Amino acid sequence: MRIRTLEISVGAFMVAGFAALIFLALKVSGLTLEAAEESYEVSARFENIGGLTVRAKVTMAGVVIGRVSNIYLDKEDFVGVVEMEIYNQFDNLSIDSTASILTAGVLGEKYIGIVVGAEDDNLTDGDEIEDTQSALVLEDLISKFLFNKTQE
Amino acid sequence: MSDSDKNFIEVRDLTFYRGDRVIYQNVNLDIPKGKITAIMGPSGTGKTTMLRLIGGQLKPDSGTVKVDGKHIPNLTRKELFALRSRMGMLFQSGALFTDVSVFENVAFPLRVHTDLPEDMIRDVVLMKLHAVGLRGARDLMPNELSGGMARRVALARAIALDPDLVMYDEPFAGQDPVAMGVVVQLIRLLNDALGHTSIIVSHDVAETASIADYIYVLADGEVIGQGTPDEVLHSDSPRLKQFMQGLPDGPVPFHFPARDLCDDLLAGVK
Amino acid sequence: MVIQALRRIGSKGVSFLETFGASGMFLFQSLFAMPNVRNNFPLLVKQIYSVGVMSLIIIMVSGFFIGMVLALQGYNILTRYGSEQALGQLVSLTLLRELGPVVAALLFAGRAGSALTAEIGLMKSTEQIAGLEMIGVDPLRRVIAPRFWAGVICMPVLAIIFSSVGIWGASLVGVDWLGVYSGSFWANMQDSVQFSDDVLNGVIKSIAFGFVITWIAVFQGYDTEPTSEGIGQATTRTVVYASLAILGLDFILTAVMFGDL
Repeated sequence: MRIRTLEISVGAFMVAGFAALIFLALKVSGLTLEAAEESYEVSARFENIGGLTVRAKVTMAGVVIGRVSNIYLDKEDFVGVVEMEIYNQFDNLSIDSTASILTAGVLGEKYIGIVVGAEDDNLTDGDEIEDTQSALVLEDLISKFLFNKTQE
Repeated sequence: MSDSDKNFIEVRDLTFYRGDRVIYQNVNLDIPKGKITAIMGPSGTGKTTMLRLIGGQLKPDSGTVKVDGKHIPNLTRKELFALRSRMGMLFQSGALFTDVSVFENVAFPLRVHTDLPEDMIRDVVLMKLHAVGLRGARDLMPNELSGGMARRVALARAIALDPDLVMYDEPFAGQDPVAMGVVVQLIRLLNDALGHTSIIVSHDVAETASIADYIYVLADGEVIGQGTPDEVLHSDSPRLKQFMQGLPDGPVPFHFPARDLCDDLLAGVK
Repeated sequence: MVIQALRRIGSKGVSFLETFGASGMFLFQSLFAMPNVRNNFPLLVKQIYSVGVMSLIIIMVSGFFIGMVLALQGYNILTRYGSEQALGQLVSLTLLRELGPVVAALLFAGRAGSALTAEIGLMKSTEQIAGLEMIGVDPLRRVIAPRFWAGVICMPVLAIIFSSVGIWGASLVGVDWLGVYSGSFWANMQDSVQFSDDVLNGVIKSIAFGFVITWIAVFQGYDTEPTSEGIGQATTRTVVYASLAILGLDFILTAVMFGDL
């Protein structure tokens, strides 16, 4: 009888460890068990991506509509290229939408905000968003501000 | 009948050091088959060490230790373990496994060395426990046993595999008279009934002399006397006399080597 | 004088090397004492019980409180910059990368490591180890190997549970008590925590810690002077050596994993 409780508690222990690992995977690191949501890919070119990372959110009006999938430097134009996956259910983004890199709070993480445009044609897989706004870099902002002040 | 047929264990010119201290110097012992042989001597003469040498837990610095014709230090680990399955040893403290019951303790060597089905193991264990009078205690844990009972359980475990050789390390130490009497009788009974060879290491003269067939007395790293209990008890050798009759002073000095008492006391006056 | 001091240092060094070599060979022998699965699985289960399950309560309680304290402290600092929604990120990364594996390992060394040393030391002083040998059973295989593997298996499980309970405790304090918006608490956390980097690296760390702790614990137990004094000293040595080893090893592992070396 003593053996039984021992084995059950060891089993419960291992299950608890496994459950904790699943908790860490799903709730804490945001992995999803089901296949990634169907999505299409668009890209955008920024003067400065300013600390944006892969897997950052892509939002519209504050709602998450996709993820950043890849970031690299265009070696000819020297601009940052951000590829993002937009979930298929948001397939009606007009072709002249604007993408900007924003910051959550002062120290929060960077994400991409998209503001929809006026054209009738929609973005499809492989398109590029032409109208972009780079990340705000605090140093640039301050020097611009000081520059204006001295000019006054 | 040749010597090796008659003697289960032959120790020849055995020398053993522990650190720089000499434990044995050219010791010769013969342990005859089927008899009870006692190894006696004052505490600290390495009597237990002899059992460990025979069991292969220690290796001699020189000389041979032959058990059943096999030179122990030359055996591979596997051969040694196989030979040990034919030896049973009763440790001074019993050495019962504290985390399992009395039954499992006795069943342990059977489970390790045999493939017997569970019901046969049960039968054998109960028979062995019955032989030491503790069949009713099978479900107790070792910490629920008295010292004497623990030693009897350990004895049941030592004979579980019907070994050819049983070694008893201080079987009488720290026992009350009743428990001691029981153990003395058990050793004799088991030896006669099962026909194995027994070695007793002890410094209890009366109990050992009452059951041993042959006695070796060790002191200062050598054999100072040997013979049947009668011969040893009534020996003229002063060293034997002192030990067997428990005289406080004699060839084995009462005082640990030291300088003269007067000098020592005066040294503190300065 | 100088020569004597040198000699003493030399002999200390030699005896250190000797101990280290002996423990290495000991480790090697117990690892490759190929266990008989049918006989040894119950032994392993039993050891997981006494090493892992028995440490579970202290691990969970400590993790819970450490998570809550992290949330309180982090909240105080982050509100100064108006970024309290980064609380989830702060707590989860701290726990997963550092505090989870390290604190769980320190607790494990104190709880399970010392118990292992004392148990094996006691088995040695009551001649149980010698008894096994005389029965013809290799004590490395029978006594040491299951304990060693149980430690290596339990440590990461305990560290994972520690981190999870800690994050849960932090969410209780941060979200339910201090009023951080729960959506941004979890979302922020999910954005910053990488499963393959943060979670798995923490697990790798704790496996390494489990290995080192149980190695030290079982060796100290096996090597102990078989007296009550010797067992006491060996137990203390286990906790001290294991703690130092954890912290030193943590620095090396962190430098390799996160330090861009």
